[in-house]
Amino acid sequence: MRQRIALDVSELPMHGLEGASPTWWGTFAFMLLEGTGFALVIAMYLYLLDLAPQWPIGAEPPRLGPGTALTVILIASLVPNLFISRWARERNMRKVRFGIVIMSLLGIAPLIPRAFEFSALNTSWDSNAYGSILWTMLGLHTTHIVTDVADTIVLAVLMFTRHGTNLRRLGDVQDNALYWNFVVLTWLPLYICIYWIPRL
Amino acid sequence: MSTLDISSDPRDTGLDERALARRLADLWQTPRGIIGTLSSVDHKIIGRRYIVTAFFFLLLGGVLALAIRIQLAKPENRFLAPDLYNQVFTVHGANMMFLFAVPVMEAFAVYLVPLMIGTRNIAFPRLNAFSYWIYLPGGITLWVAFALDMGPDVGWFAYVPLSGPQYGAGKRADIWAQMITFTEVSALAVAVELVVTIFKQRAPGMSLDKIPLFVWSMLVTSFLIIMAMPAIMVASTTLILDRLVGTHFYNPAEGGDVLLWQHLFWFFGHPEVYIIFLPAVGMVSTIVSTFARRPIFGYLPLVLALFATGILAFGLWVHHMFVVGLPRVGESFFTASSMAIAVPNGIQIFCWLATLWDGRPVFKTPLLFVIAFIITFVIGGLTGVMVASVPLDTQVHDTYFVVAHFHYVLVGGAVFPLLGAVYYWYPKIIGRMMSERLGRWVAGLVFVGFNLTFFPMHILGLIGMPRRVYTYGPEMNWGSINLFVSLSAAILAAGFLLFFVDAIRSAFSGEPAPENPWNAPTLEWATSSPPPSYNFERIPVVSSSDPLWETPETLPVATGLRTDRRELLLTSLSEANPQARESSPRDSIWPFLAAIATTVMLISSIFSAWAVVWGSVPIAVTLIAWFWPKGTPEDAA
Repeated sequence: MRQRIALDVSELPMHGLEGASPTWWGTFAFMLLEGTGFALVIAMYLYLLDLAPQWPIGAEPPRLGPGTALTVILIASLVPNLFISRWARERNMRKVRFGIVIMSLLGIAPLIPRAFEFSALNTSWDSNAYGSILWTMLGLHTTHIVTDVADTIVLAVLMFTRHGTNLRRLGDVQDNALYWNFVVLTWLPLYICIYWIPRL
Repeated sequence: MSTLDISSDPRDTGLDERALARRLADLWQTPRGIIGTLSSVDHKIIGRRYIVTAFFFLLLGGVLALAIRIQLAKPENRFLAPDLYNQVFTVHGANMMFLFAVPVMEAFAVYLVPLMIGTRNIAFPRLNAFSYWIYLPGGITLWVAFALDMGPDVGWFAYVPLSGPQYGAGKRADIWAQMITFTEVSALAVAVELVVTIFKQRAPGMSLDKIPLFVWSMLVTSFLIIMAMPAIMVASTTLILDRLVGTHFYNPAEGGDVLLWQHLFWFFGHPEVYIIFLPAVGMVSTIVSTFARRPIFGYLPLVLALFATGILAFGLWVHHMFVVGLPRVGESFFTASSMAIAVPNGIQIFCWLATLWDGRPVFKTPLLFVIAFIITFVIGGLTGVMVASVPLDTQVHDTYFVVAHFHYVLVGGAVFPLLGAVYYWYPKIIGRMMSERLGRWVAGLVFVGFNLTFFPMHILGLIGMPRRVYTYGPEMNWGSINLFVSLSAAILAAGFLLFFVDAIRSAFSGEPAPENPWNAPTLEWATSSPPPSYNFERIPVVSSSDPLWETPETLPVATGLRTDRRELLLTSLSEANPQARESSPRDSIWPFLAAIATTVMLISSIFSAWAVVWGSVPIAVTLIAWFWPKGTPEDAA
């Protein structure tokens, strides 16, 4: 077909930011996907709870210490997480470098109480369905922390290389911060299911 | 902010078409050689691979169907032993659903959506490559296992306790569960790509009310995949945990529940039907409009019907479980919602009929398949309304009536439009026409063969023949109908065989296809057949929902994109106003290597749970290498 020039796009920016960025939308799509997964696991928990004559089955409720410590760390991490997102938007490299190191550490920190959470459950995955669903919830969420912290550490390393100053990488930092919010927020209903519903 | 030198800033502005085409080809072409082949991120190459692979699985699944028909042709037949028969019907079903139907629909979208919305490649093209390389081993796993007498034998929905650790000895059910993981990872990846492609990469001016209906259908389908497939992932993972590490999700003795499996499976399984059917709806709308020679009647109701179907799809799953003894009020709710979904489907049928009625229909092969579809699908829809009613469902549950019903909706509702779509888009994809003469024979044989094969199954079901029995006694009096069905299946098989012959022969000796052989209105027909690696020399600008009918001679285009990096346009979500020139990633071997690493982990995990731990290390390494910036011009921002 013959072409007729109808539009000149040469003045447009060379990279889409936030709502104009495919990775931003991609991150949302993955959050919807994984959020559905978390919702289904919670639905399984409630379904099994509804069936059981008593809940928890054959065990004391989980000890509160490690899980609560982890919850506190995760919620606290939201503050620097919001800051790093803002710094990335402002393209303040010095602060982004500082922030990404902090976020890497705050990603590793919850893994320490998490390691103790499994033994604090007072049940094993192969004891009964109650133990199975608790371990699955904790395992699923741990996978999310581990993958996101690995991503954060790789980004942190990148920030100190020649690639770090690229606007694209700052977009990655924002998307990574967005995803960390998701990792924190999905934990809250799991925390209530694992630690507080058995105490009702 | 960029570390790259962008002082030299070559643009397509002012370049003549030949020079531009040469530069774009240098930039977008997939390199030759084995590494180039494995590294390709071109949505057309990947889409073509998907389509060919999916049709190969259709062929294999069809062979199993014929084996079933030979076995059932007469009472007390000994062609297939009972254990093999169990594997055959399970692999047939699992193969058709997970390796053929869903992938082939997504495959067409992978190929067509970027062309139909006027962009150069799909969003996240490397993820797209990864999705194919993870789909392929999933399929190979199932079929190699079957060849080794390790094929799943628990039915395509793998109900517990049959598939659980107590009854499902050996690795057969694990193969099923892991095949699910492979194919769902692949399907979910493509769904995310499609959502982002459709949201952000539409040609300037293609506002929401100008999106082609096939693209709408794939958008809704993608959201269904994103929200339904996690259920089967959770289900298959918990099943494998029960089998491998001794969890008790489905063990009633330890607080688990077998019906939990059915809820999870059908929360996925019912939307799955629409994941297969909605793309077909998009194909039908496209074909009907082109061959009726008029814009589709009722664009808005058709789009709303897609959404209504997509939403209602999540409120139907319990109608697969009417006989398990659920509370009456629940059954009534699911009966009502199951019947309600007939409304949007009815609206679609009326819109298509109105388009044909008011148009000047040209009865080429694709339209013949659409007519075959409308007749067959309406019959399947009617039996669907029948089995939505609890008393009737209780009577025919697990009989051949149900087998007939779901083949009518899946083959009639999805495979017929798919075959029409192959005849319709083959010239674009291959650059040659398929045979119109053979096409008419294919349409006739498949339509007649299908109805003769499957209609009598309704009767078999009503007179009590259960599904999934390897044989039956002569005193049941099912022999003559079964023999008739099996003979009719030969007609159906002949139709499919002829289709494959036509498809393969036409690739070599079909008539060369022009740009727009059907005089169709959508953008994929505005570029050569087959399209070049970069799809369009310049990104089209759209001002109508049927752009090529609006301006048949000239294509309004955008200029100002760079010619030294893979660049495409991002536009706003609703109005499709240009927002940015975005780069599109180059070819990379890492998605292939990441898929290999994932395959090793998934297969090993069937045999040792620790594989999940050590197996993630190579996956992490390949993923980091995949995402690490390579300093190409695409990195500039």
